[in-house]
Amino acid sequence: MLLAALLVAIALSSVAAEVSPSLFWAKIGNFTGYFGRLLHLDSGALVFSDPVEWFWGIGRWLRLLGETLVMAYVGTVLGAIGAFFLAFLAAANVTPNRWLSMAVRRFCEFCRTVPGLVFALMFVIAFGLGPMAGVLAVAIHSLGTLGKLFSEVVENIDMKPVEGVSSTGAPWHVAMRFGALPQVSSSFVSYALLRFEINVRESAVLGFVGAGGIGMDLFEAIRKFYYSDVSAILVMIVVTVALIDILTGMIRHRLIDLVEKH
Amino acid sequence: MPDRRQLDVAALRTRHPQHFGGPGRERPVAIVFAGMFLLLVLGMANLGFFQWKTIAGIGKLWDVILLMLPPDPGTWSLFQLYFWGLVETIAIALLGTLTAAVLALPLSLLAARNVTAARLVNFLTRRSLDTIRSVDILIWALIWIGVVGLGPFAGVLAFATSDIGSFGKLFSEALETADHKPVEGILSTGGGRLLSVRFGILPQVFPVLASQILYFFESNVRWASVLGVVGAGGIGLQLAEAIRTLELQQASFIILMILVAVAMIDFISSRLRFALIGRRERTS
Repeated sequence: MLLAALLVAIALSSVAAEVSPSLFWAKIGNFTGYFGRLLHLDSGALVFSDPVEWFWGIGRWLRLLGETLVMAYVGTVLGAIGAFFLAFLAAANVTPNRWLSMAVRRFCEFCRTVPGLVFALMFVIAFGLGPMAGVLAVAIHSLGTLGKLFSEVVENIDMKPVEGVSSTGAPWHVAMRFGALPQVSSSFVSYALLRFEINVRESAVLGFVGAGGIGMDLFEAIRKFYYSDVSAILVMIVVTVALIDILTGMIRHRLIDLVEKH
Repeated sequence: MPDRRQLDVAALRTRHPQHFGGPGRERPVAIVFAGMFLLLVLGMANLGFFQWKTIAGIGKLWDVILLMLPPDPGTWSLFQLYFWGLVETIAIALLGTLTAAVLALPLSLLAARNVTAARLVNFLTRRSLDTIRSVDILIWALIWIGVVGLGPFAGVLAFATSDIGSFGKLFSEALETADHKPVEGILSTGGGRLLSVRFGILPQVFPVLASQILYFFESNVRWASVLGVVGAGGIGLQLAEAIRTLELQQASFIILMILVAVAMIDFISSRLRFALIGRRERTS
């Protein structure tokens, strides 16, 4: 039954999405050809034969890549700070008010369902072309995802310390600070680091709509068929993302060790 | 009468020094936080947060939000256009996700250490999957547009390629957590390696794989709604157009449609996921 439904869905989707295997087979040569062209300079030589020519714009690209990283960092931190406060309001077990919790959850859901690129498009109208729009888009999207993840972490805590602090007559924010926060801080940092990794990737394409970072140059290079530039920028992005992944991975493992030692 | 509280604290401090935060213990954390904060402020300054343009932008943002209300599709024919755009978006996500899953399965077998013994093959497959994953879906979409032209088919192919990376990694991790005993059982009856994977490992991990596919389908519907921004089909084309021509009431209507569609799909697919692997799924 389920399988039949799935097959019908696939068939209908294929029509809706204008899937055409014949076109695919006819044009697949373009795909491999595309990668072939990516690896050749304008002069026709292989890119590896002349790295200086291949990476001719490295100074500018490095600066833009740096801007992308700063965008991802500022966006993640701002989003994480917002999510930090919202999480305690949203978590069902510690929320001061059930309706407030509902409202915060819906808000986070909105922030994470609307794609970052759409926010970026709107912020470009308000703030003009440039990284400002991108940072805010990253921050809002991170707020949505981290708000959900953080509040789930808070919902899984041991309630005894919170009750203990509350029973001494401490107000809500003190109970959260000394009862809940010590239990969740390392998970929060770990999730924020994961989000940072994702945001680096996302920031790299926000430039497609004019919201700053290396994406602007990449978009231009793809659209204008500057093949060797495309491959050079892609290589730089892939290497940067890999480095960031390794770095944050190391920090997260340290963090987990730290928690287990206590 | 001496202050007993003071005495107790002093005694406790000497007996259990590890439970009292001294300046030495807090210092590294404080330094890290101060460094992060400094970086944040420098970064914000670098990106132009503290300029008049930004403050003016906040005012303009308010105007933009006011212009978006109330959401309104305009005419009935525009609503139909948006509706079919949304259907196309969901179709792109479905086909792309399924294609990626089918293509990723054999690769994940190569990447899993308990299935493929050759370390070099594991390593190379993993690195290729990582590389695919670190290129964003929008870049894949642009590349495929160059190959098959503008339209939703490019979007399907973009999802298919970009998700191979994620699926390959997730599937191979699922495979590696599988219990080894059924495999040994099949090997002991004289079954070959391929049979042992088919009947020893796959039945164990199938529910996990299916739930991961559903989960990706959910998130891909969200992503599919932006592919249109670069011309790879779906509702994103109409959305980007509405925002760029400042038809903001239509834009907010489209966003509302996406939100409703995503909520419905999330509901259905979380039901399916629970049916597949039971309610207590949260392991990590």
